Amino acid sequence: MSELTVPAQAGAPAAESGLMVQAEQVHKSFGHLEVLKGIDLEVRSGEVCCLLGPSGSGKSTFLRCINHLEKINAGSIRVDGELIGYREHGGKLHELRQKEVAAQRRSIGMVFQRFNLFPHMTALENVIEAPVRVKREAKVAARERAESLLARVGLGDKMGNYPGQLSGGQQQRVAIARALAMQPKLMLFDEPTSALDPELVGEVLDVMKDLARDGMTMIVVTHEIGFAREVGDRLVFMDGGVVVEQGNPREVIANPVHDRTKAFLAKVL
Amino acid sequence: MASEEVTTVRARPEPIKAVPVRHPGRWILVAVLAVLAAMFVHVLVTNKAFNWSFMVDKMFRPPIIEGLLRGTVLMTVLAMLIGVVLGVLVAIMRLSDNPILRGVGWLYTWFFRAVPRLVLLAVFGNIGILWSRIEFGVPFDTQLGQLFGIDNLQLRLFGFSSRDIITGFMAGLLGLALSEAAYMAEIVRAGIQSVDGGQTEAAQALGMSRGQLLRRVVLPQAMRVIIPPTGNETIAMLKDTSLLLYVPVTVELFFQLDAVGKRTFQIFPMYVAACLWYLFLTSILLVGQHYLERHFGKGYGPTAQARDRLRTMAAQQGGGGAQ
Ligand SMILES: Nc1ncnc2c1ncn2[C@@H]1O[C@H](COP(=O)(O)OP(=O)(O)OP(=O)(O)O)[C@@H](O)[C@H]1O
Ligand SMILES: [Mg+2]
Repeated sequence: MSELTVPAQAGAPAAESGLMVQAEQVHKSFGHLEVLKGIDLEVRSGEVCCLLGPSGSGKSTFLRCINHLEKINAGSIRVDGELIGYREHGGKLHELRQKEVAAQRRSIGMVFQRFNLFPHMTALENVIEAPVRVKREAKVAARERAESLLARVGLGDKMGNYPGQLSGGQQQRVAIARALAMQPKLMLFDEPTSALDPELVGEVLDVMKDLARDGMTMIVVTHEIGFAREVGDRLVFMDGGVVVEQGNPREVIANPVHDRTKAFLAKVL
Repeated sequence: MASEEVTTVRARPEPIKAVPVRHPGRWILVAVLAVLAAMFVHVLVTNKAFNWSFMVDKMFRPPIIEGLLRGTVLMTVLAMLIGVVLGVLVAIMRLSDNPILRGVGWLYTWFFRAVPRLVLLAVFGNIGILWSRIEFGVPFDTQLGQLFGIDNLQLRLFGFSSRDIITGFMAGLLGLALSEAAYMAEIVRAGIQSVDGGQTEAAQALGMSRGQLLRRVVLPQAMRVIIPPTGNETIAMLKDTSLLLYVPVTVELFFQLDAVGKRTFQIFPMYVAACLWYLFLTSILLVGQHYLERHFGKGYGPTAQARDRLRTMAAQQGGGGAQ
């Protein structure tokens, strides 16, 4: 597969700190159920951070908090130095308006486990939609970029197909292209290969590897230990709504310190 | 290899020549139905009350055709157009994050679904009793004036005599359209809710506004669920235009047939003419609906289509208005 050129904006220098994501003491409850109990996490610009943990540990919830699909109850999340969902003014937090939240989401791409492509649009239309409607880009330019993005994820010959006419792996690659078309500075992946037949996992991981190689900042929730070891700069193990352990993927996988990490890895490996 | 040899050796068996199962019940049923049909035709032909020649003579008269075109067909089209647009708005209100909009939307559907269409039309027909003039300006101007010590303050920009704008046609249209909007709102709401939540999420993650995600992502997908019951609503609306008799709307098919019947003391033939006209009109719509359903059910298999039809029937019972 050819090199993926990351859109111009991607990998642009983050705030002076060089940190793309700063999460501090993030708490999130659904009713009485506290799902996130104080997550601290920093992701450097250009880093690939793999999130690992048992089912129900809050990985998806945390990811969704980063682009404000879920509202957090306490703590703070900054992306590229900018507070997500709120504005600080006069020592107080003010909720952002829907419009402002939408503007923040434009620079954060998200890829879902179940693809969530728009079924009434072709692959090409899926990719063009947001740049044209949301960013008000010229149709011709957006179309050209969409075509080259689709070609680079290996779907140059499937642009006119509807999602229903594509395999799972192809759909997920379209979904990645759709997110990239907005030229995000951060990409969130929520188990992008879990809904795929085993023989289709590779083609999606290959696209993600290319993306990582080109310097995209990525947070990837995955059970693909091989991917984490090969591509990840950092592995974060979550359980029960907290970060239990983190570090270099190779080291954590080879010598987990915490018992819960050991138990989990023993099951996955 | 061995198995092939066996098949070539064995001869092809004789075609089955079995005695088919007999259905004597069917023949009895056909006989009974034939007798009933004959009796029915006999009544149609011999009973003088039908007065066929009179009916055929009257049912194509210009006032009746005009009533059919304006009071029935045009009214159905306009009421459905307004009803659909307003219904989408009310549905969006009911699904909004804003509790005030949600409340208003709920109140709207509650009111217009709780009052029978016939009663609603009678009320709208007499709304002129409330106000002789309809004026636009500062609300509560007289009361505000009194507050500041000015007697009989009038801050009105323009106005009409209510008899000028609330004609029978307008009153009837308003009644039918507002009531239809309440039923359409429920249909559209169900349609929107039938779209997978992941679609909204994906659209939000791309930075789409609520309006954009509704217009571009959710509503196009909700159409498959919304279109079939809307076809049924249209048919129900066409029939319910006959209720305009109580507004009254004079340029309307049933009003005209009824009037001819009463004037000539030939009420029954004119009601038969009404049956025939409505049968004709709804049959046209039924054919259209058949193709619409086939188009929107494409690729979903017979079970999904049957499920859609069931939903449609449930919606029709809710929207039937007159019953
Ligand atoms: N919208 C919601 N309302 C109520 N509870 C929720 C909601 N979303 C998630 N939860 C709960 O929060 C907990 C964490 O869910 P989450 O999806 O973040 O887990 P996860 O780590 O992604 O698990 P998995 O590996 O199965 O995807 C679960 O117990 C889940 O039931
Ligand atoms: Mg999850």
